[in-house]
Amino acid sequence: MNESQHLSSQFDEELSRLRTHVLQMGGLVETQVSAAIEAYSTGEVASVKTIVETDRKVNDLEKAIDDDCAHIIAKRQPTASDLRLILGISKIVTDLERAGDEAKKIAKGVRRIYENGHLPGQYGVGIRHLAEAALVMIRRALDAFARLDTPQAADVIKADTDVDAEFKSIIRQLITHMMEDPRTITTSIDIIWIARAIERIGDHAKNISEQVVYVVEGRDIRHTKEKAQ
Amino acid sequence: MQIHDHPTLKAEARNLNFYYGEAKALKGINMPIYDKKVTALIGPSGCGKSTYLRSFNRMHDLYPGNRYEGEIRFYPDNTNLLSPDVDPIEVRMRIGMVFQKPNPFPKSIYENVAYGLRVRGENNKRVLDDKVEHALKGAAIWDEVKDRLSDLASNLSGGQQQRLCIARALATDPELLLFDEPTSALDPIATGAIEELVHELKKRVTILIVTHNMQQAARVSDYTAYMYLGELIEFGKTDEIFIKPQDKRTEDYITGRMG
Repeated sequence: MNESQHLSSQFDEELSRLRTHVLQMGGLVETQVSAAIEAYSTGEVASVKTIVETDRKVNDLEKAIDDDCAHIIAKRQPTASDLRLILGISKIVTDLERAGDEAKKIAKGVRRIYENGHLPGQYGVGIRHLAEAALVMIRRALDAFARLDTPQAADVIKADTDVDAEFKSIIRQLITHMMEDPRTITTSIDIIWIARAIERIGDHAKNISEQVVYVVEGRDIRHTKEKAQ
Repeated sequence: MQIHDHPTLKAEARNLNFYYGEAKALKGINMPIYDKKVTALIGPSGCGKSTYLRSFNRMHDLYPGNRYEGEIRFYPDNTNLLSPDVDPIEVRMRIGMVFQKPNPFPKSIYENVAYGLRVRGENNKRVLDDKVEHALKGAAIWDEVKDRLSDLASNLSGGQQQRLCIARALATDPELLLFDEPTSALDPIATGAIEELVHELKKRVTILIVTHNMQQAARVSDYTAYMYLGELIEFGKTDEIFIKPQDKRTEDYITGRMG
């Protein structure tokens, strides 16, 4: 990435404002995810409402950032690292917005479970662990973007394999559970949805990290075996 | 600076130095020009891109004190364009040039295009008619001027004059066309017409173009060379130069970071 200044200081300002907005949006999504996990453990169903409200802000930011990207492309015709930054941001906000949606799904699932008079903690014991790993991934992916840090991005990409493996093992546990006691099926299915949402959050964190590699190095490592480092 | 799947070479600068008297304006340029491709030369004012362009048709010979070192190889016959044995007039038959400002001769539209052919000794009316029409069609201006070929060229609009100059350059069937900022005096519509024309022309002729408009280089060229202070800093496929340049100096220039 090129850290030196443009001849046009206005362009510099536009780019730095854009990056700030992405980090703001990332901050909101991070809060959504951690609130959803909190709700899962504590049964704080009230926080579901906050998560849904935050989602509106996240959606608005996604649109605003994409709009800014379009304006910068039209006005500045960015090239090289500037172009990659803008393309990367436009993709990163899509992943952030979707991660926010997944947080919303988790929250709603939690509410369903508690409203049916169950405690999710009794079921998927690994869920909390999985969720924490996904939250760390999102946080580190955003850090990697903020600092344009490719080694960090590479770590996040690697971490996704663990989250995927853990997700599969949780599903296996839940299947056993359901076979042993069919009365648990309704709740187990809700928990499967929650686990699935968490696993998707990990995927989005991975996608964001892949974009960081593209922004910094110009290498597109999506859908390849190519390593980030 | 890696290029894959090279097309064939049309020309090649080898250790090219150029001096305006004492001042060294080109420093050890090594660069390929690929056949039937558009190569754009970009760089800040005074970087030597026009000097380099003009070396190809020996324009510098017109002034005393100018001096070349090294070679520009021209293919397929592999002649060194800079060799004293090579006649500049012959070179200019094979290598046409279009300048920044349209510079039609104070003659009719027809005679502007026929001029190069007459210099060559062609006087057969039918051959001239044919070639003039062909060149004007090639420059995408035939439909606009076919009914007024005897009008003065200076009555045309700027964009039309520039296309007429391209037609004039095309009339002698050149193998290489040199464009020195061909659209900097034109409005966006006329610029668009010239860019479209460049795209058409490369089917039959190799093009080397100097431009200050980076987006134009990105739009029209297959290869881009970035020059700075008389040196070739980076040469590569245009797509790669504009998305992932290898050299920090190229990056700074094309992203507008050069102070």
